[in-house]
Amino acid sequence: MTVAPSDPGRRNGTVDMVHGGGGRAMAELIKDLFQRHLSNPILDQGHDAALLEAEPGKLVVSTDGHVISPLFFPGGDIGSLSVHGTLNDVAMAGARPLCLTAGFILEEGFPLADLERIVMSMASAASQTGVPVVTGDTKVVEKGKGDGVFITTTGLGVVPHGVEISVARAKPGQAILLSGSIGDHGVAILSKRENLEFETEILSDCAALHTLVADMVAAAPDIAVLRDPTRGGLAATLNELARAAGVGMHLDETAIPVKDDVSAACELLGLDPLHVANEGKLVCLCEQADAGKLLSVMQAHPLGRDAAIIGRVTEDEARLVEMETEIGGLRVVDWLSGEQLPRIC
Amino acid sequence: MKYVDEFRDRDLAKSIALGIRQEADPGRTYNLMEFCGGHTHAIFRYGVKDLMPENVRFVHGPGCPVCVLSVRRLDDAVEIAERHNVILCTYGDMMRVPGTKQRSLIKAKAAGADIRMVYSTMDALKIARDNTGRQVVFFAIGFETTTPPTAVAIIQAQKEGLSNFSVFCNHVLTPSAIGHILASPEVRDLGTVRIDGFLGPSHVSSVIGSEPYEFFAEEFGKPVVIAGFEPLDVMQSTLMLMRQINEGRHEVENEYTRVVSREGNLKAQNLVSQVFELRQSFEWRGLGKVPYSALKIRKDFAEFDAEKRFEVTEKVSREVKSCECPAILRGVKKPTDCKLFGTVCTPDNPMGSCMVSSEGACAAYWTYGRYRDKARSSRQEAAA
Repeated sequence: MTVAPSDPGRRNGTVDMVHGGGGRAMAELIKDLFQRHLSNPILDQGHDAALLEAEPGKLVVSTDGHVISPLFFPGGDIGSLSVHGTLNDVAMAGARPLCLTAGFILEEGFPLADLERIVMSMASAASQTGVPVVTGDTKVVEKGKGDGVFITTTGLGVVPHGVEISVARAKPGQAILLSGSIGDHGVAILSKRENLEFETEILSDCAALHTLVADMVAAAPDIAVLRDPTRGGLAATLNELARAAGVGMHLDETAIPVKDDVSAACELLGLDPLHVANEGKLVCLCEQADAGKLLSVMQAHPLGRDAAIIGRVTEDEARLVEMETEIGGLRVVDWLSGEQLPRIC
Repeated sequence: MKYVDEFRDRDLAKSIALGIRQEADPGRTYNLMEFCGGHTHAIFRYGVKDLMPENVRFVHGPGCPVCVLSVRRLDDAVEIAERHNVILCTYGDMMRVPGTKQRSLIKAKAAGADIRMVYSTMDALKIARDNTGRQVVFFAIGFETTTPPTAVAIIQAQKEGLSNFSVFCNHVLTPSAIGHILASPEVRDLGTVRIDGFLGPSHVSSVIGSEPYEFFAEEFGKPVVIAGFEPLDVMQSTLMLMRQINEGRHEVENEYTRVVSREGNLKAQNLVSQVFELRQSFEWRGLGKVPYSALKIRKDFAEFDAEKRFEVTEKVSREVKSCECPAILRGVKKPTDCKLFGTVCTPDNPMGSCMVSSEGACAAYWTYGRYRDKARSSRQEAAA
């Protein structure tokens, strides 16, 4: 449920230092803007700390800072991203997310109308995912000391009994599944960057994956590993897993879904889609016996329609991720060195 | 994707690979120098070597624009940025190349110099327009492919009267480099580098055409096949080279006919000759001083020449000790022959330009080809 924007007078204003001063202006900003849109019974208690009923099971906590530029991008904005990004980190433990907290760092001079748009987008993402923002914090920094708005969110979740998803469980022989096409988020951001603007229909894949994870866990509770390949792309995620678990990976390039527009943009810019960021995809390692069943479950979910089995975990002391290329040769899939593009999430 | 997928087709690759195996004479080796870093990259990125017989070998050439820039010129760029308080615009690959004492543009930037990464000369012009109170220098590097856009930027700056814009010109010429390699003692007298033929540049040739290579084919008796950058281009060109070698021919053939003509892009050539003229001599990393191998800005455009606008000091420029980039750029050594490769020198902490650039041979070996070393060492262990 979304609430109408606040009064038109406020929409013309900008954030100033008084909004962070702890006085009446700050209280009003919190009440009229944050509370108005993010309202829920726990937040509305108005405590500095949210009080939650404890649930049985293992508790999962994850925190993520969001500094993306531009703040509004095709397919999302920093508000929805700050909800989805953190929910996904919680979901990758196999958990059911319970709630979020949000910390805002606002730059003096930032238009209140933009801030409201961002908070409304957060509210909409929170209500669609069914995960409320239960407490928050706002700080204001001087002009030039921030870039509009930075949002840090923390997510809390509970892991159902019998689910034990952990990097340590990656073992040679397991199948590697990917929930859909790679590189959408990074290309959508790139297309709006100054000096780089290009025409593309690509939208960020920014989405909350917890319902997909819930379906997967219900179908095959023995899933070994889940990870969302964000910064550094699929290549970084698989290398992280290989290094942490002491295994290798073997991929088939032709099995990895990449949209035509993404592939064209990458050709043009000299990027490898394997290194381009995603915000609504997951990688899953599971026993071969579960792979077919999981693939069908994923493909039946709107966020996993293009899911594919892209390779297998191998035994490899060197912990390399290697890939059979389109033409049938073999190559290493390395981490990206340096930074492809700063501030993408 | 159209015009891309066709050149990466697995079945076609298989059939060309079969043709290559049939063409390969087991009694000889085929040492083919791919001049361009773009080809080196394609060979490793797509695992082209896996589809080749043992006796077909690729010798990596110096055609990586970032790699061949001398340390001295890089040090000068750093100095211009730091001492003259300019906005220095550079292509991204150049940022992390270590200069003397491993001083790179990215380190200079971190220390406060205003260095900006651009994607085209037009971005640099825009920065000049937006900052009329500051001097803006475009750090121009590259072969014939990147020269025409620099020429256009200089002409445009003159038209607009952009007096705060200038170009630090480091454009170099492909044919001079090929000639230098073929005439080098390692190739000509010592025989330490065997080159039986060349995979000729693709993008460069789209500008200069295939005609400039006819001299090498004739004079040095080496076949040249102009090759596109897609993996099937590289494979098909390899097959064409092998046929020439087997038949004792040494001609210039063009596999990349979809882009390259014999005369090249005359409009681009005219733009370049309008703005630039030959330098008598220019220092390359690896090749040393090569006569008539680079371009400088003509007198008519002298006001846009950063070398004339900003004084640089005499300095002693040095590569990192024991970095083998120079020998690698001449095809004398392979990246894995370098002591620093993969130990102290990796893409995250490069000691030489060949490990920085995406077109550099060391970066290609490290990024795509490490498993080969693994396979080799396990074979060695098995043998022991």
